[in-house]
Amino acid sequence: MSDTAQSFPTRVDISLTVNGEPVDARVDVSRHLVDFLRLDLGLTGAHAGCEHGVCGACTLQVDGEIVRGCLMLAAQLDGAEVWTVEGLTETGALADLQAAFVERNALQCGFCTPGMLFAAADILAQGGQPSRVAIREHISGNYCRCTGYEAVVDAIETVAGARARGEEVSA
Amino acid sequence: MKAAAAGYIRANDLPHAISLLEQSRGEARILAGGQSLIASLNLRLAGETALIDINGVAELSGIELVGEQLRIGALTRHRELASSDLVARHVPAIAQAAPLIAHAAIRNRGTIGGSLAYADPAAELPACMLALDAQIVVRGPAGERRVRAGDFFVDLFTTDLAEDEMIVAVEVPVAVAGERQATMELARRSGDYALAGIVLVDRPSGVRAAFFGVGPTPILATGAMAAIDRGASPDEAAALLEGDLQPLDDVHAPAAVRLHLARVLLRRALAATRS
Repeated sequence: MSDTAQSFPTRVDISLTVNGEPVDARVDVSRHLVDFLRLDLGLTGAHAGCEHGVCGACTLQVDGEIVRGCLMLAAQLDGAEVWTVEGLTETGALADLQAAFVERNALQCGFCTPGMLFAAADILAQGGQPSRVAIREHISGNYCRCTGYEAVVDAIETVAGARARGEEVSA
Repeated sequence: MKAAAAGYIRANDLPHAISLLEQSRGEARILAGGQSLIASLNLRLAGETALIDINGVAELSGIELVGEQLRIGALTRHRELASSDLVARHVPAIAQAAPLIAHAAIRNRGTIGGSLAYADPAAELPACMLALDAQIVVRGPAGERRVRAGDFFVDLFTTDLAEDEMIVAVEVPVAVAGERQATMELARRSGDYALAGIVLVDRPSGVRAAFFGVGPTPILATGAMAAIDRGASPDEAAALLEGDLQPLDDVHAPAAVRLHLARVLLRRALAATRS
């Protein structure tokens, strides 16, 4: 490694918000976002699964868009707004989805569930009543090894219908 | 596993990014969307490299019509390609390709410049550039140059980029009157890399068919293209693909399956552009 490459900082200061709370941290540049949340902030809702972007268990929201938490580095988050399942549970933004997942038994071990909820919320945010094919396509990047997906699609479809009709779904 | 990055700097602007690249003498890489690079770092396949983060470089974003070309900034995300009216109107092959790339969460981050620089032979956008005869705009310490897509993809994961150069944009000729385009692929699961894919650009002046997933780079099927231009039937053109493509056996599919799928795709794409 040359002197020039060594002059690249290996720790970086970041200032961001996580679930609406301001966070200032000095992070190792190799730290990915999920480990930063889980190990440094104690927010274990986003799960570290494959850690190369395939399984979707780490899916969460950065600046209003769903992303793979394992495919962003914490160092990239200066100025970012991050939301995890803990935060959106507290605000109630996912309450109807979470209730439908429980109702339809759309989880067994639950490992995929936080990521699945973010993928589901993302297609629901587009509004209207998506087809089952469109729902399947939208959650195709989130692996569930328990349910076979039918119940997950059922739950998302149910919530889409309820939201389209303007119904309240209590948690 | 966990990433092994040797260092990280946010580039403030394009000259800053290029100067960091030059100073690093090949030991730093450009971090754009990171959807392949960070995965490679996590898997420890990319070595311990320093990173120059260009996500804050505003001049690399944006899609604009410049004369007869659509200029797409290197940092344009796949999601933006999928939703852009300019892309849908002027280069529909790219609008059709974008939703085929991975999954929503990855399309939100992944960039066109990153995809082209990575040069995965099964990726959609390199084949789009080849079929559309786009130019890749590349900048380094010596200034800017333009490389035709046909000269840019050199080999498996290997491009014409020098170690101190980066992609700043692509310039894609816009569709002319009567032109039809089709991008299609066949994959085992939605969002997987394609077993085979095609980008067909069907211009009144002649057809260009680029295939992906069937060789070390995207490949122009020149034999089949010439036959189609001579008036050959889709079946006759598809039969010529054996001479145009060099698929390899791998764990996902034997070469013969990929060749078969390429033939299916050529017939389907022609049916779409000539219906």
